[in-house]
Amino acid sequence: MSIPTFLIISLIKSLAVIFVLMTAAAYSVWLERKVSAHIQNRWGPTKVGPFGLLQPLADGVKFIFKEDLVEANVYKPLYIAAPIIAMMFALTSIAVIPFGNWVEVGPWGTYLQVTDMNIGLLVILGCTSMGVYGVALAGWSSNSKYSLLGGLRASAQMISYEVSLGLALVGVLIMAGSLSLRDIVESQRHFRWNIFFQPVGFFVYLISAYAETNRAPFDLPEAESELVAGYHTEYSSMKFAMFFVAEYCSMVTVACLATLMFFGGWLGPVGGPPILQALLPVLWFCLKVFFFMFLYVWVRWTLPRFRYDQLMAFGWKILLPLAIANIVVTALIVAWKAQHAL
Amino acid sequence: MFHLILFLFFGAICVAGAVNLLVQSHPINSALSLIAVMGSLAVEYLLLGAEFLTAVQVIVYAGAIMVLFVITIMLLNAGKEEGSGGSRVAILLGIPGVLIATLLVAWTVLFHSNTRAVPLGALKGDPRAIAQLLFHDFLLPFEITSVLILIAIMGAVVLTSRPEAVARGPRRDG
Repeated sequence: MSIPTFLIISLIKSLAVIFVLMTAAAYSVWLERKVSAHIQNRWGPTKVGPFGLLQPLADGVKFIFKEDLVEANVYKPLYIAAPIIAMMFALTSIAVIPFGNWVEVGPWGTYLQVTDMNIGLLVILGCTSMGVYGVALAGWSSNSKYSLLGGLRASAQMISYEVSLGLALVGVLIMAGSLSLRDIVESQRHFRWNIFFQPVGFFVYLISAYAETNRAPFDLPEAESELVAGYHTEYSSMKFAMFFVAEYCSMVTVACLATLMFFGGWLGPVGGPPILQALLPVLWFCLKVFFFMFLYVWVRWTLPRFRYDQLMAFGWKILLPLAIANIVVTALIVAWKAQHAL
Repeated sequence: MFHLILFLFFGAICVAGAVNLLVQSHPINSALSLIAVMGSLAVEYLLLGAEFLTAVQVIVYAGAIMVLFVITIMLLNAGKEEGSGGSRVAILLGIPGVLIATLLVAWTVLFHSNTRAVPLGALKGDPRAIAQLLFHDFLLPFEITSVLILIAIMGAVVLTSRPEAVARGPRRDG
């Protein structure tokens, strides 16, 4: 297709994806509040709209109207840049995530994905690596001991669990033979989902991802009782909202990646008229992502928090060897099968 | 033409970042300039067609090694460095000297060697090609490098351990 058509279609896809991602991040806050409330035998938001569904809107308006306190001795350039960095990388990783198949509207056809890169998976890993800067620089530039300690702990935790996150996904790569996310999903056709072939890899990935997003039982860096609020102690109103949105966006990205790598992405029963054939895969994808978001909230409000040394020991001494062992076993089995198939 | 513009743009960012690293007095600004240098290098790799190397440069160099630099600067609470009042001779001889040396090297490489310009995306940079190089053609250097890194890790662990803590043995709780 011609360059102007390509640009316009890409622009439409990008805007749609960003809009959906921001809404998903906002409503995952609603999901968290409702699910945590029901786990704790109370109601959660019920006043603002039916079932409290307009609560995220009220929260957004509240954030805009809150007073933006800036402490006197912060290092201004990095203090303002840190939430921008965090949000920038959290939003960029959604660009390579495929939601569905090829769709055609009139004379134009496109994949339901902003861009399909050969190294799609590495782009997501790169964005999580760069997202650590938002946390580290926020903690340091806030000129407060709670922020500095929280920022240091959070960035050390994130870089430790990045390693086992990447290595857990290598098992899936060995089986799929490609780094492109679309190819990895296509290799799981006919119900050959990777969760059945890579159970160890799945659990290592899930636990590493929970630690990477500073959530669930690994949220000591932002624990209220230990560090006031960790690296975002000194942030208020819109800048805090940006950290908040960045955290929930990276949760959504992790959930999307888990569905794509282990649960078959958009694959599921499809049939009927063409409009349904285009939309049903998206529905399956969204249902699977919703399951992972629910799992995120469920685990957070069920399990107690790790102590920091337990957390680091767990990442380096248990998850990393387990991920490497998973790679070795997977490689042996794939090589053995290839040899015996010849 | 388009290739040249992109190359010059990101090359300029790279050089500007490197110069800024030297000029800045606060170490955190220098570290951030180095991150900009790594990022622009990654784009230069992409322009050559080495897409895997781009991703690995961002993940490993800009995303892990530089994070460790930044964490160290934060931990040591390094403040602005006091100017030592650079010597006049160093500036008068040094800057022109470095410029002349750079021009000499560039002239030699451009006109008196076998290097040529390559079009956009000329290299085979897909993971399969890199894996062939790394695990078949250059396996021995790869393994020796990993042993080297292991030695460095062991050295770091030994340097940071305290003898009386080691003698007491590992903590028994948790």
